[in-house]
This record gives sequence, C-alpha cells and structure tokens, in this order.
Amino acid sequence: MSEDKKTLFIEGKEVEFTDEPNLLEVIRKAGMNVPTFCYRPDLTQFGACRMCVVEVEYPNGRVMVNSSCTMPPEAGIKVKINSQRVRKIRKTVLELLLTNHDRECTTCNKSGNCELQKYSEEYGVRKIKYPTLTKEEMMEIDDRNPSIVRDPNKCILCGACVRACSEFQGHSVLGFANRGSRTVVQPMNGRDLAAVDCVFCGQCQAVCPTGALTIKSNVDEVWDEINNKEKKVVVQIAPSVRVALGEMFGLKPGENTIGKIYAALRKIGFDLVFDTNFSADLTITEEATEFVDRVTNNGVLPMFTSCCPAWIRYMETQHPDMLAHLSSCKSPQGMLSPVLKELLPKYQEGYTKDNIVVVSIMPCTAKKYEAKRGQLRRDGKFETDYVLTTQEFGRMIKEAGIDFKSLEDEKADSPFGGYTGAGTIFGASGGVAEAAARTAYYYITGENVTNNDIKEFRGVDKNSRSKTIELDIKGKKVVVRVVSTLKQAEKAIQEIKDGTANFQLLEVMACPGGCINGGGQPRSCDDIKIKEERAEGLYEEDRKLELRRSHENPDIVRIYKEDLEKPGSHKAHELLHTTYTDMRTGSYKDLK
Amino acid sequence: MTGSQTKVDFSKIDEIITNCGGKKSNLIAILQKVQEVYRYLPEDAMIYIGTKMEGLSPATVFGVATFYAQFSLDPKGKYEIRCCDGTACHVRGSMPVLNAIKARLDLKDGKFTTDDGLFSLETVSCLGACGLAPVVMINDKVYPQMTSDAIKVVLDTILQEENK
Repeated sequence: MSEDKKTLFIEGKEVEFTDEPNLLEVIRKAGMNVPTFCYRPDLTQFGACRMCVVEVEYPNGRVMVNSSCTMPPEAGIKVKINSQRVRKIRKTVLELLLTNHDRECTTCNKSGNCELQKYSEEYGVRKIKYPTLTKEEMMEIDDRNPSIVRDPNKCILCGACVRACSEFQGHSVLGFANRGSRTVVQPMNGRDLAAVDCVFCGQCQAVCPTGALTIKSNVDEVWDEINNKEKKVVVQIAPSVRVALGEMFGLKPGENTIGKIYAALRKIGFDLVFDTNFSADLTITEEATEFVDRVTNNGVLPMFTSCCPAWIRYMETQHPDMLAHLSSCKSPQGMLSPVLKELLPKYQEGYTKDNIVVVSIMPCTAKKYEAKRGQLRRDGKFETDYVLTTQEFGRMIKEAGIDFKSLEDEKADSPFGGYTGAGTIFGASGGVAEAAARTAYYYITGENVTNNDIKEFRGVDKNSRSKTIELDIKGKKVVVRVVSTLKQAEKAIQEIKDGTANFQLLEVMACPGGCINGGGQPRSCDDIKIKEERAEGLYEEDRKLELRRSHENPDIVRIYKEDLEKPGSHKAHELLHTTYTDMRTGSYKDLK
Repeated sequence: MTGSQTKVDFSKIDEIITNCGGKKSNLIAILQKVQEVYRYLPEDAMIYIGTKMEGLSPATVFGVATFYAQFSLDPKGKYEIRCCDGTACHVRGSMPVLNAIKARLDLKDGKFTTDDGLFSLETVSCLGACGLAPVVMINDKVYPQMTSDAIKVVLDTILQEENK
C-alpha cells in the first residue's frame, strides 16, 4: 500500500483515503452514509441489493453509476451520493423489493428495526406500481425451533445470512435455491432449521435487514408468569447484556448499566434478581478443577470449554466421536437455574422447588435452544423456564414504560448475586480462558497469580479470530487455543484429528468476538467498533472490581461450604455437570 | 421433490468425487456424472456430496443443482423428451406439438414424468437445429419439423415397441 495521500471528492468535499476496501467505507469514514441492505463490514462484499449506488465522475469526464460497496476508491473521482439519478434508482429498487414482500409491517418481528421499512420511509415509497404478493403465493413460516423464526415472505435475497452462516460458522446451513424470480434462501431442500444442523447462533438474523430471520420471542409468556400470583419469578442476567442493553436507550456501546438493569428487572416485576456472573464464577471453579484433574490424571485432552450452546450443538451434530473432549460443566445459565430451584428455598421464605420460575436474560439465541435440552431437565421440568435475549428484554422495559436512563442503580439479590471480575469477562472471546487461567493457577500452585490481567487472551483479530496462548504456571507449560466462530473451531478440531494440535485447552465461542456479539444483542452489524467497545466495557468492570478471581467470590465460597462440599464433588456434579449425545445418528446426514 | 427416491450407492459417488479430483470447483461435473448414473439427482446423493466434500454443504449443493436447468431432482423417464420452444421453434408451432405430447402421455398439472417412468418431458430453449424447427429430441434422436400428428405417431411407435 502506498504511503502517498490519495484523495477523492464526495459531494464536493475532498476526502482522504488509504486502504479502505471500497468506496462505501470511504463515504462512511467521511461521516456520510448511503443506504444498503447487503453490505456488512464483517462479511464479504456481495453487491446484491444495489441500494448503495452512487454517481461517479472520473477525471476524464466519464460519468457512471456504480454500487459503492463493490467499487474500490480511486484518486480524483467525484462522487455524488444523493443525486436525483441515484435517488430514483434506489426508489425503484425499494418498490421492486416491496412487490415481493409481505408488508404486514406492524405485526412483524422486525418492526422498528427493519432496514427495508426504514429506507422505504426515508425515500417516501407510498405506492407500489406492480402487482404484489398475494396470500396464496406466500410461503410457509418456519418457527418450529426455540430460537429463530424464518419467514421467507420477508426475504429480499441480499444473501447476508448465507454469507454469515458460511463465513462465520463454515457451516452453510442456509443457501440459495432455484433461480431468477423463484430464488429462495433456505436450508437443504426447504427443511426446517431444526431438522438440519443449524446451531441457532443467530448470526444470520443479526445481519438480516428485514423480518425474514428474527428472534423467536418469549416475552408474552414471561409477562404471564410475572402476573401469576402463584409463581415466584426469579431472573438471571448474563455478563454481556450489561454492556449492550444501553444501546437500545441511547447510551454508548460498552457502557455498563448493570445497576440500572437490576432496577429495571425489579420494576418489571421479577421477584428476585440474580446475576449469571455468579454462576460464571461457579463454572470457572468447576471447569478449572476438571481441567487440572484431566491434566494430572491423564484425562482426555485437549479439553473444550462448554459454555456456548451453539458450539455444543455443533459438536453433537458434526463430531459426535469427540464429545469426550467437552468439559462436562454446564454453561453458567445451565448452572444457575438448578442452583436457584434447589437451593433458593433454603434461603428465601415462600420459595419452593415448584413455584420458582427461572427466566434468564442472555445475549444469545442459542441459549433458548439450550434451555430446551433434554439433559437440562430436573424432575421432568426444564431447569431454565424461559430465555429472553437482550433485545427482548429491552422491549419489555419499553413496554413497561420504564425510563431506563433515569433509573437509580440497585444491587442483585443474595446469596447468588455476587461476582468477581473473572465472571464478567466471560462475555468476550478469550474471557473464559483468562478467568480459568487465574483460578487454575491457584489450584495448581496454591498461590494467586501475580498479575490478573493476562492480556494475551484479549482482543480479536478480525482476520483470524483464533489465537494460541502459552501460559507458564510455575514452570508447567499450558497451551490454550482461543477461537471465536465455528469455522475457526473446526480448524482446531482438524488439528487434533491430524495430530498436530499443541494445545491442552480450547475455548470456543460461536459468535465472532464472543457473547458480546451474540445473536440476541442489539443490532450492530453495521459497525465493527461496537463489539470492541462492548468487550472493553467488560474488561473495565473487571479492572474496577476488588475481587477478580472466581474462587475468591464469597458467594462461591459459601455455596461450596453450605451446599456443594467442594468443586468437583458428587453433589456439584449432580447439579452443575451434564452429558452430551450423538446427534449425527438419525439426522438427515445419517445416510444409510 | 416428488416420487420415490432411488437407493443411492455411496461408494459409486465416492468414486465419482475421486475421479473429479475431490475439488469443490468440480461440483458441476460431479453432479453431471451422478445424474448420468441415476438419470436425476437423488436427494441423498446431494446430502452426501455436501457433507463429504470440504467447503460445501447440502444446502450449497442443492443451490447449484436447482440453479441449472440441466439438473433434475425428479427421476427422469427411460425416454427423455426435449421439446424445443426457442424462438424459431415457437413461431413454427412448437406449442401445439408440446400440447400433443402432454395429451398423449397424460401429463398435466406440472407433472413431467409419466407414472410408469417411461417418458419424461421438458421444454428447452434451443437445440441448435433451428433450420429444422419445430424440433423434438427423444434421448439422442432428433425429430425435425414436428407437427401434433407427427409426434403422436412417434410416441405410438415407441409405446408399441415397449409393449411388445
């Protein structure tokens, strides 16, 4: 790349550019914008929707209309981003897209968040010249899984979901089928998402500009439970939610709003408020114990982390022969729910195993699926009753008429509300491994690690999303691989199969960057920086907390003393550990 | 997808994949070879290829198979009839010929393979024999300058042969 300053003109303003991949990025860097449906900075350029067209005048006087997302910036060109000519093109594009679109906007899951709706409004589309989709032509909606609703009648074929599934997860559960006006995006031969190997990470719906892929909502059921006088509805909230929810109320990405969140949860009507950070600490004590045990007693290595339900489903459907590598620890959500149902009655009057309803608020669509896993049932009932995503929780706050920004900070309830910084950083890729390292160091050496900030674990390189960290635990070398996205996880698995893997611990989060970028978080697919800011929000809280090692959490110390004996005990296993099943056998890929 | 699916011999597909170098860029060639064997693309074969080959998925293979008109997802007949409806054939009266075939073989409501699996019918956009319009091809044989009466005779002859 040449160091020379290069410039071009946007709407008459001279703008510098360097190595931006396309003109659209230059336009955005200059503080301006053009509409787009299919361009997502984290995915490859596709040029499908033609909304980002601009008028370009070359130094030789030639004028062309081109899509700015696929055009490399050139020195000296004059770009008009909002001329009458391109506005007309965009309006026609919108009209044509709306022709084939189910326009029942008010009842659509994406209403208010929909880019098609937004631009149709901005461009004043009031009439569609062409015959529109009739009820008879509508295709069937697939809502037969706990996480994601696919409504093909809302699809504009921008292909963002297809690229996300392929480029993030290497999985391509969704693909284009047919050709021309009959083109659809669908799983293999129109099957349900639940019938193929979809892991429900929700990255497809996170990049979907319309209501074609949306989160399956459980808000109404939760309201009903809250209003049921017979029930005690308790709630747990995941690490990543606290640094993202504020975005839905005009706060900065990464701003930690946990105090306001506790307050909002009580205002909504939850009886007791707990923090999944507590059970993240619990996960660490159990998982670090398991890891140390595997290392010292020649157990199956490398050990895989097991917090991410999309990753678990990937293993069960793609590599059922390697399930022994997975830590038997439940996820933090999976741990806290049975703890609440079994142990809360001891501490709180009026609470019984049968009247407690556990709601969890997660950045994740796959957690909805996890909650419905057969292994996570107790006495015939699911341990976690309902899972809401950050987005759904934000909507509940709005529905309840709560002025979120002006809420006074509150605290979580006891005895399962206290947490350490190690629990907080669970939400970012590398966080689980860093937290585990702090505690494993103590378990192995009997001493605390001198510096809690193991910075090698932090940060995600967009191009690799994978890193290998060597830890020196008083002369004992431990190699950890940290990956986000299943595409990178698959590479690590292939290394194990080839016998070239040099690591003993593999941390996997299925979403790029980890849970802070989960499928249930407020929409952020247009801005790469938001994820970094959210991660930084978590690390900032970690720095500020007095306790930063999971095993030092007084609530954790107490739960072992009072109820669970010690990490890895029989009782701990009964409540906090789980099993996995081969889901390849009997699936559509199990060909005979 | 309709009709019953053929049992797929996966070792044969392995062989085809290996012969094509196992590369995903050769997917179309692989699908063509599979179609040669089964006279269509059985769903199991597509799932198998999508699972087995690196960089592909069943949904991606299905996408390629449904994109190109040359691939069929339904079993084709022993006699594959291709009725040309390109410009030249169309103006020279290919539609009456097509309708005559449909009537003779009792193909209606979008059905294009006969119940006995003997015939399948598709329209194509050009067979490169515009001078002989309207043209029908049955398997590898070209029938030039067809009329609705002439094609009936052709079909009757084939049926007589088959019923012998």
